[in-house]
Amino acid sequence: MSTTAPRALIAEDEPLLAAALRHELAQAWPALQVVASVGDGRTAVREALALRPEVLFFDIRMPGQSGLDAAAELADAWPAGQPFPALVFVTAYDQYAVQAFEAQAVDYLLKPVQAARLQKTVQKLQQTLSSQAPAAPVLEATLAQLRHLLAAPGVAAPAPAAAAQTAPLSVIQASSGSQIHFVPVDEVLYFEAADKYVRVLTAGREYLIRTPLKELAAQLDTHAFWQVHRGTLVRASAIASVTRDEAGRLHLALRGRPETLAVSRLYAHLFKAM
Amino acid sequence: MRTMAPMQRFDLRSWARHGLVTAAFSCAIALALTVTGQGAWDVQLAYSLGIGLVAWLVIDLGRHLLAPGSGWPAGWRGALLVAAGTGAGYVAGTALGDAYSGHSAPLWQREAVPTSLVITVLAGVAISFFFYSRAQARQLQLHMAQAQRDAAEARLKLLEAQLEPHMLFNTLANLRVLVATDPARAQAMLDHLIAYLRATLGGSRSVQHPLADEFERLRDYLELMAVRMGARLAYQLDLPEALRGVAVPPLLLQPLVENAIRHGLEPQVQGGRITVRASTRPGRAGMLLVLEVQDTGAGPAAPAPTSGAPGSHFGLAQVRERLATLHGSDFTLDLIAGSAGGTCVTITFPLQTTP
Repeated sequence: MSTTAPRALIAEDEPLLAAALRHELAQAWPALQVVASVGDGRTAVREALALRPEVLFFDIRMPGQSGLDAAAELADAWPAGQPFPALVFVTAYDQYAVQAFEAQAVDYLLKPVQAARLQKTVQKLQQTLSSQAPAAPVLEATLAQLRHLLAAPGVAAPAPAAAAQTAPLSVIQASSGSQIHFVPVDEVLYFEAADKYVRVLTAGREYLIRTPLKELAAQLDTHAFWQVHRGTLVRASAIASVTRDEAGRLHLALRGRPETLAVSRLYAHLFKAM
Repeated sequence: MRTMAPMQRFDLRSWARHGLVTAAFSCAIALALTVTGQGAWDVQLAYSLGIGLVAWLVIDLGRHLLAPGSGWPAGWRGALLVAAGTGAGYVAGTALGDAYSGHSAPLWQREAVPTSLVITVLAGVAISFFFYSRAQARQLQLHMAQAQRDAAEARLKLLEAQLEPHMLFNTLANLRVLVATDPARAQAMLDHLIAYLRATLGGSRSVQHPLADEFERLRDYLELMAVRMGARLAYQLDLPEALRGVAVPPLLLQPLVENAIRHGLEPQVQGGRITVRASTRPGRAGMLLVLEVQDTGAGPAAPAPTSGAPGSHFGLAQVRERLATLHGSDFTLDLIAGSAGGTCVTITFPLQTTP
């Protein structure tokens, strides 16, 4: 145990359940101080970065951003060298998620949260916090777990549907005004999510489409396009070089485009010298 | 469906059981013959056991070779098998009996031939028919059990679609909290849950119910969701007094309201409002009933927010299918994206007031 009292953040969109978890935690772990209780993923990331709690309870289904996406974003934005919080997912019923959590040895709680089960989780959390493992490997392990969870069928993306069986997309149809442009996928250098749209970038032009990036990713050849960030799919053969900045973050320089692309920590493992 | 894995193998137990029954039957025949003074009991027993057991061996092994797994070969092949088995039993069994009693005259020179042949044929046919009908009955039972399992599975699938486990467990989690903190509210929530479950579980049984009941069931569902979502859900149910008695298919609007919550309000951090409205308007052939489910949610273009959940298309297709069953092509179902975000689904069909 560290000398200061451990602090926790609860992200749960249903007010009664948030209050209940807080109440149960007060019984199971009186020393734990719940410093924030938020109702959506984006606020959870913001508050967690501001408050740096030791423990996070993330509901899976939340408005705006799922608990899983929020955890991935948080892991990406977490300051290097700082210990990453212990993460517990909370879910009501989701057989895919539970299987994936089991497979990745990620701690989770099932709703309704029951005292005996919570007690076990608390013991595990206390052990984790007292072990004082070095920050870097802990963050690496969390990133690997999240990477697997995000890729697991039915957890972050819809379970593999018929669309996944078809041949990879060869043309992007992008409308602009009264026209629909046909853009060969071979000419696309990268896709970037932007609010409600996805930007499609070729060497000379930019198009906007409404198909979500997750859906698009499922229809593209995964060897040709790499996911380097939650919002970026880049053509591997268009990457000219990778640079590491002072903060340890990776940036990609492209052939045919002047801008550089940031690589998320989640996908940094893709870039190693041969 | 006809062949089942456990029946495919040679069924040693039923084979042995048939043998035992045959042996017992042979003993009974030998006893009857002895009692009626046809000869020494041991000789009669040797003949009848010989004939019976050979016939059983031939028929039961032949059965397994001709129709593995499924009981009996069909039609004339079955009859031929019984005839061949009985004949073989008679010839070989008589030889066995002769060997026991030391009788040596050829078969065709004996006076007892007609009697013993008639007994053999009658017994063979009777026992075979007995076993055959039993096998038929068993096969039928297996088919029935399988059909029942299939039907139960189909019902379960429908139920799972209607009764999303995620919704149920979240509702129970909320109830668990309320029981301790606010028993009166817990009781009210439980009443809504009971009414909702009763309607969902029994809904498929009645064909139509009054619109007032339909709106009550929507209220149950929306009340449950309101406890869960707190201030993020506001709702309004508009049912004119004159339309309360109009008959509609039970839970017709339920999938539309579920969609409005799941795909409209749930993805939005600020939540939103759901309005369900019933009205009438004149159509080409009389008055039309107009049912609207409107939300101020994320709008139909937004991607599904969560994993694993069936898409809104499933709900819409279900509603469309039910309307088509009842009204043929005499209905409309429109999904319109609102100008200020949100979705409005409108159903119209001919107004039929209950007498």
